[in-house]
Amino acid sequence: MSNAAWVILIGSLASAACALVGCFLVLRKQAMMGDAISHAVLPGIVIAFLIAESRAPAPMLIGAGALGLLTAFTTEALERYGRLQPDASIGVTFTWLFAVGVILVSAFAGHVDLDAECVLYGEIASAPWDVWLWGGADMGPRAVWILGTITAANLVFVLLGYKQLKITSFDPAMAAALGINVTLWHYLLMAFVSFTTVGAFESVGAILVVAMLIVPANTAYLLTDRLSRMLALAVAMGIASAAGGYGLAALLDASIAGAMAVVSGALFVVAALFSPTHGVIFGYFARRHALVAPDEAAP
Amino acid sequence: MDDTRPAPIEVHDLTVAYRHRPVLWDVDVTFPEGNLIAVCGPNGAGKSTLIKAILGLVPLASGRVSIFGKPAGEVRKLVAYVPQRESVDWDFPTTALDVVLMGRYGHIPLFGRPRARDWEIARHSLDKVGMLEFADRQISQLSGGQQQRVFLARALAQQTRVYLMDEPFAGVDAATEKAIVALLRDLREQGCTVAVVHHDLQSVPEYFDSVMLLNLRMVAFGPVESTFTTENLNKTYGGRLNLLTEVGEKLRRRQWSARR
Amino acid sequence: MNGAGAAAALPPWLDFFTFREPNVRLILAGCVLLGVSAGAIGCFALLRKRALLGDALAHAALPGVCAAFMLTGTKDPVIILAGAVASCWTGAIAIDLISRYTRVKEESALGMVLSVFFGAGILLLTYIQHSGNAAQAGLDKFLFGQASAMLDRDVGTLAIAAALMLAAVALAYKEFKVVSFDPQFARSIGLPTRSIETALATLTVLAVAIGLQAVGVVLMAAMLVTPAASARYWTDHLGRMVLLSGAFGALSGAIGTYVSYLGPRMPTGPWMVVAATLVFTASLLFAPGRGLVARVLLMRRLRRKTAEENILRTLYLNGERAGAMDAPCSMTRLMQYRAMNAWALERTLARLKGRGLVREGEDGTFALTGAGVERGARLTRLHRLWELYLTRKLEIAPDHVHDDAEEIEHIITPELEARLVAALNDPAEDPHAQRIPPGPGAGNVVV
Repeated sequence: MSNAAWVILIGSLASAACALVGCFLVLRKQAMMGDAISHAVLPGIVIAFLIAESRAPAPMLIGAGALGLLTAFTTEALERYGRLQPDASIGVTFTWLFAVGVILVSAFAGHVDLDAECVLYGEIASAPWDVWLWGGADMGPRAVWILGTITAANLVFVLLGYKQLKITSFDPAMAAALGINVTLWHYLLMAFVSFTTVGAFESVGAILVVAMLIVPANTAYLLTDRLSRMLALAVAMGIASAAGGYGLAALLDASIAGAMAVVSGALFVVAALFSPTHGVIFGYFARRHALVAPDEAAP
Repeated sequence: MDDTRPAPIEVHDLTVAYRHRPVLWDVDVTFPEGNLIAVCGPNGAGKSTLIKAILGLVPLASGRVSIFGKPAGEVRKLVAYVPQRESVDWDFPTTALDVVLMGRYGHIPLFGRPRARDWEIARHSLDKVGMLEFADRQISQLSGGQQQRVFLARALAQQTRVYLMDEPFAGVDAATEKAIVALLRDLREQGCTVAVVHHDLQSVPEYFDSVMLLNLRMVAFGPVESTFTTENLNKTYGGRLNLLTEVGEKLRRRQWSARR
Repeated sequence: MNGAGAAAALPPWLDFFTFREPNVRLILAGCVLLGVSAGAIGCFALLRKRALLGDALAHAALPGVCAAFMLTGTKDPVIILAGAVASCWTGAIAIDLISRYTRVKEESALGMVLSVFFGAGILLLTYIQHSGNAAQAGLDKFLFGQASAMLDRDVGTLAIAAALMLAAVALAYKEFKVVSFDPQFARSIGLPTRSIETALATLTVLAVAIGLQAVGVVLMAAMLVTPAASARYWTDHLGRMVLLSGAFGALSGAIGTYVSYLGPRMPTGPWMVVAATLVFTASLLFAPGRGLVARVLLMRRLRRKTAEENILRTLYLNGERAGAMDAPCSMTRLMQYRAMNAWALERTLARLKGRGLVREGEDGTFALTGAGVERGARLTRLHRLWELYLTRKLEIAPDHVHDDAEEIEHIITPELEARLVAALNDPAEDPHAQRIPPGPGAGNVVV
């Protein structure tokens, strides 16, 4: 398989995995929490590297999961016991964790196979060569395996927990009244976001993970009113961004991850303007019609 | 009553919509001077929206508002606004006196400092609502009734003749309620016009001179004795209005494609 | 004189404070200025619940920085600043447009602008890097900040920008205050609210642009949020909050510079953030009044006071039953009257003993002292007055009032007590037909 194909596949898998959990983040108005977690997992990854002395995925995922949950807990604790407003709780927590991560990376620059900038925008271009050798056989790029597994896991999570995720996103009060453990699902979602983040980290880096989590999801949000369709559309938009991004990056000889983010943004703008249901253009034309008086519209 | 003087508030054919759904439709009303007016209607009837539309805080789909004969946009300062208590975060780091002083900002030039006279007026306003001893108290430490009084004092500090209040009696204790009513009566004696969004129908005849019944459209407006009737109340709160809200819902769901 | 020479040179961690090196002075000045401006303007962002706006805007600055370089080929600080400001501004407008005209929520809009603009910035940055233009080296310092790369001109520009910012805040202080507290009211009195909000956003953009060199794009958000959040714990006065926040920001800048000086490989940005967060943690914990420790101590004091008063009242009750107010009572008996665990009871009794309100007999029983009897009488009076009030005025059944009275009696002041007595016409008996001890000044309490 050609390099381009591998890169696009890896990018698509990363986008798909992110889009699945990202839709719920967007609906729960926790998009910035996604931003926070994708930054905050950094120290977890570095510590995992230092302890495991390898780039094995398992320690990294554990490190990321731990930091993701820590971020969620700390944010909550600051809000509740520190009486701090929610946006500030997020801001204080994740910036500190990310700062610690960068310091660790700088301090252990020789021992850890990460560099600070890679953390930000990943190295997807070289991913195809980073293959998984199992018993001497070339199983293909590691990233494909890792991201493939994560995408599958996210899919299972979303399918199995569909009803609970849906109701806890739209009406937590009613969910609680029905006996659903709202807190549990919140932390489950945060955990899956953490895993997804770290899986995509190596390919696209921290900031671009945020783009993949929320931009395709918001694009889908503007195109449909049905959750199931939103999930499917978000994945489709993500894949389109991956493919388009690769093309743009090849054209400019620049960062593929950056290009993917830009393309996803462009798709959003197109949807924002031209969406048949929620787009600005159609809304403008609708407003030019006189408002229908309540009595006249009676059936 | 001098008929040639322009009325404090005149609303003509006012329509306000939110995302294609009408919230106020074709409202036409004139508020007279020296009058306490209750604005009543069920939830979602557009009462708060009416107040905001008069103040220019929400865009009008059509219609116009004039205050003392002039377009509302030019004479903002002549109307004092007492918003709902929930509209601000009371944890803001400021004192009661400070909030009341904000009522003077319309009279202080941009970037100017408040003068001694402004401070005096602010203190005096606080005193009129019985809160002078709380002048330096943090607003987060005030009770609901006290916060409401601070908002009222802020409006008084503007020294205008027209007051628009959004649910000032909501969630206040009995003593505060009495104090507010006394204040309103005082204002009326001075010839001011006070329109109040009010939710407690029982107290309307006792506290107010006129009443405006509103549910998307204006149902009735006039002196309490003749307007606050069972028939009008039924029209405002009764079953017929379910049809209006239902249609509004249909409209919103089908959006612009409702037009054939 | 020079006899000391190199041999007596101070170790770096001390040498810093001599401020001998002009470079050190320069960098310190830059970081402190940034800390002050970001801290000051951050207060308004925080109070308007837009703490994360700074995060989004900081990330959005990157494409502007790169574009400025691409267009002019230089890294002149004024050009870079202009590029950053233009880019931030575009981001701010984008956020506004998205949240206003689509159904996307503002919070999502922030995240999208943050990541897409940053992505565009990375795209441009890598494009520049791959184009082999030698002059671009150092452009990537804007990611995490490298204060040591700051030159005279950089700091000079910074200083002017910071001065302008602080002047603006001082000038428009009351306008910023009212727009942050109640924007609808501000509009209703005719203030140009949109313009004022725009001005606030512009100052935030300026603060971000100023801070980029030292802190970098990624962590700039922290300098806008963390010092302001820290300052809030210490004061309830907006003006003092702004000053304190600026001070905390300056302190963070200084510490960040210091650490960066000691370890040149360390980027300044993260250390400034760590410093700011340490200040935050200290504020969260130790600020008087709003701090966690203060609140915990207050709760503990209240709980203890309640426990003590309850025990005094119980001993008084025991005295009434036994016929003598200073009758002794064993701990077991006390625990029968009042459900309380033995350990807490012991400690409460010990404290009461220490205050001379209770004395311990040789047989391990406890009795009220004279002072204890007086206090017990008073507490009992308040309790029974309140019970009576609840039954008579609120018509609550007598068997329900005891628990309510238990809660309220600890907070009744003498003024309230006088009003209770007046409302109840100076009663003699409570709902359970127990005698209400006379009030202060009503003669000696019968023992």
